[in-house]
Amino acid sequence: MIVLEKREAPSRLWAWGSPVMAVLLTMVLGGLLFAALGQNSITVIRTIFLDPLFSEFAWFYRPQILIKGAPLVLIAIGLSFGFRAGVWNIGAEGQYIVGAICGAGVALALYPMDARWLIFPSMVLAGALGGWAWAMIPGLLRVRFGTNEILVSLMLVYVAEQLLAAMALGAMRNPEGMGFPGSRNLSQYPSAANLELISGSGMHWGVVAALITVIFAYVTLSRHVFGFHVRLAGQAPRAAKFAGVNPARMVLICMGLSGALAGAAGLFEVAGPAGQISIDFNVGYGFTAIIVAFLGRLHPIGIMAAGALMALTYIGGGIAQSSLGLPAAAINLLQGMLLFNLLAVDVFTTYRIRMLRKEVS
Amino acid sequence: MRDTLLNITGLTKAYGSVIANREVSFSVGVGEIHALLGENGAGKSTLVKTIYGLVKPDSGTMDMRGAPFAPTDPAAARKAGVGMVFQHFSLFDALTVAENIVLGMDNPPSPRAIAAEVRRVSDQYGLPLDPDQIVGDLSAGERQRVEIIRCLLQNPKLLIMDEPTSVLTPQEVEILFKTLRKLAAEGTSILYISHKLSEIAALCEAATILRMGQVVATCDPRTTAPREMAELMVGQVLQSPVRAARPEGAMALELTGLSAPASHRFGTALRDIRIAVRAGEVLGIGGVAGNGQDELVAVLSGETMSDNDAVLLDGKPVGRSPVNARRALGLLCAPEERLGHAAAPDMSLTENAAVTAITRKSLTRRGFVDWPQARAFASAVIAQFDVRTPGPQHTAASLSGGNLQKFVIGREIMQAPRVLVVNQPTWGVDAAAAAAIRQALLTLADEGAAVVVISQDLDELMEISDRFCALTEGRLSAPRAARGLTVDQIGMMLGGAHDMEVAHVAE
Repeated sequence: MIVLEKREAPSRLWAWGSPVMAVLLTMVLGGLLFAALGQNSITVIRTIFLDPLFSEFAWFYRPQILIKGAPLVLIAIGLSFGFRAGVWNIGAEGQYIVGAICGAGVALALYPMDARWLIFPSMVLAGALGGWAWAMIPGLLRVRFGTNEILVSLMLVYVAEQLLAAMALGAMRNPEGMGFPGSRNLSQYPSAANLELISGSGMHWGVVAALITVIFAYVTLSRHVFGFHVRLAGQAPRAAKFAGVNPARMVLICMGLSGALAGAAGLFEVAGPAGQISIDFNVGYGFTAIIVAFLGRLHPIGIMAAGALMALTYIGGGIAQSSLGLPAAAINLLQGMLLFNLLAVDVFTTYRIRMLRKEVS
Repeated sequence: MRDTLLNITGLTKAYGSVIANREVSFSVGVGEIHALLGENGAGKSTLVKTIYGLVKPDSGTMDMRGAPFAPTDPAAARKAGVGMVFQHFSLFDALTVAENIVLGMDNPPSPRAIAAEVRRVSDQYGLPLDPDQIVGDLSAGERQRVEIIRCLLQNPKLLIMDEPTSVLTPQEVEILFKTLRKLAAEGTSILYISHKLSEIAALCEAATILRMGQVVATCDPRTTAPREMAELMVGQVLQSPVRAARPEGAMALELTGLSAPASHRFGTALRDIRIAVRAGEVLGIGGVAGNGQDELVAVLSGETMSDNDAVLLDGKPVGRSPVNARRALGLLCAPEERLGHAAAPDMSLTENAAVTAITRKSLTRRGFVDWPQARAFASAVIAQFDVRTPGPQHTAASLSGGNLQKFVIGREIMQAPRVLVVNQPTWGVDAAAAAAIRQALLTLADEGAAVVVISQDLDELMEISDRFCALTEGRLSAPRAARGLTVDQIGMMLGGAHDMEVAHVAE
């Protein structure tokens, strides 16, 4: 008989080993999935995980890892504070959208003014504020009325998507766009564009912001009183209160922080890689970032690595779609599978398997 | 010599590398009240769980009236005539007494038959209990009676009682003892687990003393000195707490008609509490847990706010001050729940030192925690209070209850409080650690701090307090000098609303 036995202390090895195991397991199960779709599993897995890095077009794909990874890392870092403290912001996608709308709104309002030193920073600020405000809705509702922030933040994603469509078709539509939906292209408006800093590297201001955020988060969590209180609130809420943490304030700070970072990520995206407010501007970074946060063990450095890996699956998934004709849903499935496997493998962090032989009495 | 009911030979059980029972042998006679004595972690629980079929021994045998006895689960043990009343009750608050009893049965009879049966058994053994009452409305003593009657309905040959008096008032203890004596007189054997020596001397005819999983002695508790048994149990010579006569100090903590709502649905609201504690004084607050103790500590620590003027520290109102502002003024608390409230289980002792000591020990520099200094403080607490751990990097959950309690109390004492409030300071703590904690509290008072000790352990309160008062259903009795109080007087102070009459035992 196989039994699960609780470990005396959570295994440190498994805490970091289980993400690796989860990735491997996802490759195996994903392979089976692709085989069921009538594909050669090995080819698909290679296309998704290796081609972006090592194929003959890798020079084109490698910078994409930074471009796709930056918003994931930026959002996931914000979420990790809340997740550590037991504040479950699931609506980063909505905060990302609202951040993009607010930031783009600043640029579009000032178009075609020529003052990059003023416009671009105000856009970043507006983006962060927009995301912060959108996250404050579930935060305040929880603190004031005890609503569930998971549900409220999630539902606000769909509200944000409606808002996005309304903006793309109405208030923000490009007046010179021949009636097509979508705003002016910000990447072609020099004062507002989030351009590549080093040509061909994929490095834009969002990537810089993500790296700074990682360092900031690392220092805060390991050294600052606030980081200590975040960890305490998540592990032992009563002890946190005893240590002087105000639970309501903790909820608002964590919601606000994750919302602001998601909003900033949205702004960097709309001013750079995406370029414009369009109906299909959001591609699910806000949801994928949840996977990134957990895959990275809610640790800033881990999140950076997990962000790079998930960016890889976005790019590889894109290649597999175009070259192998794989449906886009299969890639989403693969990403979801990764979180699912991680949660399953995580059992071994606190439990170990023991084989019990029938006891002879 | 009476007949033997249960005979245990060479029982050994190991969990991984930890040996819980090593070659344990003893026997219980028919109709005997047999005490199983030992500190926490001595192996008492494992031993009785083996008898009750919850644990399978690695080696050794048990005989029940000469026949081999190896229960594979509690149902088999119950069938063989073993009943057990656990320390923690497994009752549903929202159901009636009769419904709770029916739930535990294999082939339940009709509710009406059960109600009649409960009345009969409760009359016969002097355990007053109404089968139609909702369990949520019962006192701890009454809840225990539900568990006992649940066992008695199965006509056990052996009744195991695990620390039964820890939640009872002295009067309730008296009722329980009468019941147990009557059961024994009728031929039911009782295995009585406790570390309260006075009770064992009053009740039991034989005692088996366990230390570190082994039987270290068997004795007759009626003729053996309690101190001798305690030293056998602990394996060292015990120090009684000593206290010097103290001059009357200045007023340190005052509660002036404090009221506060219950912290949760089954909590207790505080009503018009008045306390005045002077520097250098130990005030003992007795009472069964759940009568407002948690609420009182929360109001003092600042986790619950009250009227600003209801809590006065050195004459200054602090009722609306947050936790750390009170710490800065010198009002420190050590709550009852060690894991999860006083300390975070999965955090290191260094981090747990920072939970309360950041303010008074200035463990921060411009908002950043000074971890080296926090580690130094944690190490100092470990050294000063003899906390057995390999080092401050180990988690709170890795410590035994007694060691963690020493750490938690030590952490507050070493911050030099003006007023220290401790809730159940020695609950679930072994005798040696309990003695050390009591001594530390007395020393703190000698150094001029005001100490408020909230405890269920009346012996402890009598030993260390200068004045004593009782907390019942959220109300505090007027304090009286502890010296010279009799058990009966204390019982009257504690009794409050619980049924006080010692039930009539049918002859």
